[in-house]
Amino acid sequence: MRREARDRRGRGVIGLLALVALLAMVAFMVVGAHGNWGFVLPFRAGKLAALLLVAYAVAVSTVLFQTITGNRILTPSIIGFDALYILLQSALVLAIGSAATTALDPRVMFVVEMAAMVGFSLVLYRLLFSGAIRNLFHLMLVGIVLGVLFRSLSTVFQRVIDPTEFVVLQDRLFANFNSVDTALLGVAALVVGLVTAAGATMFHAFDVMALGRDQAIALGVDHRRVTVRILVLVTLLVSVSTALVGPVTFFGLLVANLAYMLVPDARHTRTLPAAVLVAVICLVGGQMLLERVLDYSTALSIVIEFAGGLFFILFLLREAVR
Amino acid sequence: MIEIANVSKSYGKSLVVDGLSLTLPKGGITSIIGPNGAGKSTLLSMIARLVDPDGGRIAVGGLDVATTRGDLLARHLAVLRQDNHLAMRLTVRDLVTFGRYPYGKGRLGPEDVAQIGRALSYLGLTELADRFLDELSGGQRQRAFVAMVICQDTDYMLFDEPLNNLDIGNAVAMMKLLTRATRELGKTAVVVLHDINFASRYSDHIVAMRDGRLHSQGTPAEMITPEVLRDLYGTAFEVRDIGGHRVAVYYG
Repeated sequence: MRREARDRRGRGVIGLLALVALLAMVAFMVVGAHGNWGFVLPFRAGKLAALLLVAYAVAVSTVLFQTITGNRILTPSIIGFDALYILLQSALVLAIGSAATTALDPRVMFVVEMAAMVGFSLVLYRLLFSGAIRNLFHLMLVGIVLGVLFRSLSTVFQRVIDPTEFVVLQDRLFANFNSVDTALLGVAALVVGLVTAAGATMFHAFDVMALGRDQAIALGVDHRRVTVRILVLVTLLVSVSTALVGPVTFFGLLVANLAYMLVPDARHTRTLPAAVLVAVICLVGGQMLLERVLDYSTALSIVIEFAGGLFFILFLLREAVR
Repeated sequence: MIEIANVSKSYGKSLVVDGLSLTLPKGGITSIIGPNGAGKSTLLSMIARLVDPDGGRIAVGGLDVATTRGDLLARHLAVLRQDNHLAMRLTVRDLVTFGRYPYGKGRLGPEDVAQIGRALSYLGLTELADRFLDELSGGQRQRAFVAMVICQDTDYMLFDEPLNNLDIGNAVAMMKLLTRATRELGKTAVVVLHDINFASRYSDHIVAMRDGRLHSQGTPAEMITPEVLRDLYGTAFEVRDIGGHRVAVYYG
């Protein structure tokens, strides 16, 4: 395909995705909005904003993580973020009980969760810097092992607590798009905004990073420094989405790979917007359908993880055939 | 000129490069030959700052590779490794365009666009410029990567076994191309080669390594002799002069 044609098609696909995303947002706002619009619209706008933040955070973090790992079947959760989240929640319920946990100011929880994840990842990345961990694959391996440790600890905590407490806890451990905490919107938006600003300053390096370590160094990119910086941005985004709705595993994989398939261009100026828009369409459109059309009969997270999981298996099979 | 002073590298307990000191001349093609495990690729990777040496100092054209800023060095030194797996799907032109990254950080001026066009035509890739790399044959793919290196327009170019996986015709074309690039564009190419007859035919200078040390170096006429080669590889060689070039026969 000629470059101009490819550029045109890339822009066309993104324009189309933007249109569908916009329609999904409008539908989310107005479909089934009976009664007082003065109440309904601000209420839904808060929820919509949360969904948009999550879509953005998941899409961008997954695409960037796949860029620095050079691997399209990985998501940042491999480093053990969701396991850490589960551990944190379990430990909290064990320590102060579910009632007190639920009663905590969500903003405090948000800050604590984010601090834990960023702190945890900084320890990991420091190892990467110091040379104790040689490369990203070591880092991921360490992350997986720590993830198993966190999960085991969580299981121990969950055995110890009261069964009714456990039910409350379990509810907190599934990604929940129905009752997003809108009190967190301000701080979440702030973090996402800062991450975006920081990312914009090194946007030009993203494409080069995707060529792999050796090529990136050969082209003059300080590979290690850029890797750690991107990892920190990814961590912040993951902690935002986790704090808002809980852990999502396959969703990022789904939107990133759909984006790669839809735009005929591997450059980040194309893949990042496309992934974000696909995520918005899935989340906002999906939530709209479930809430208004299917009347909350199932949870969006289950549908998304199911679809994402299926997609993952199909993707693996297709790669194996190739 | 590439100066290597007392450079060592070990992986775990095995010493791969052992206190090597060596100066590679500016201009022309310098081949590095030697048996497996001699440390050739490691040396090349250290010159290209892809691997940090445990000790010693390497300077390319007077720039210390350990301390010079990466983007500055990338305007003086380009490298092509053996394994060039890409996770993303690129066209030939996309790939070659990356060669301009050290100059514009992703922004392309008219001079960059012209340089990309020149690199593509230099490698005979103009027709294939908008094809995806995974649609190309191995030889064409290799040419696309070399075009990226040419496009980077550096004084020094390092190639780690560029003839690997190429058939004879493509291998000859690749070496002719490197010869042309060094003659016409005044570049310096350092090439790790396994086929000593390619080294003999196309090198200006040959460096032989063994066990992480410098074994010997010199012109093809000095290096491609039964004595040097037997000592280097530990097997018998016959050397014939064919059309003014030395050809080694080593099939036992």
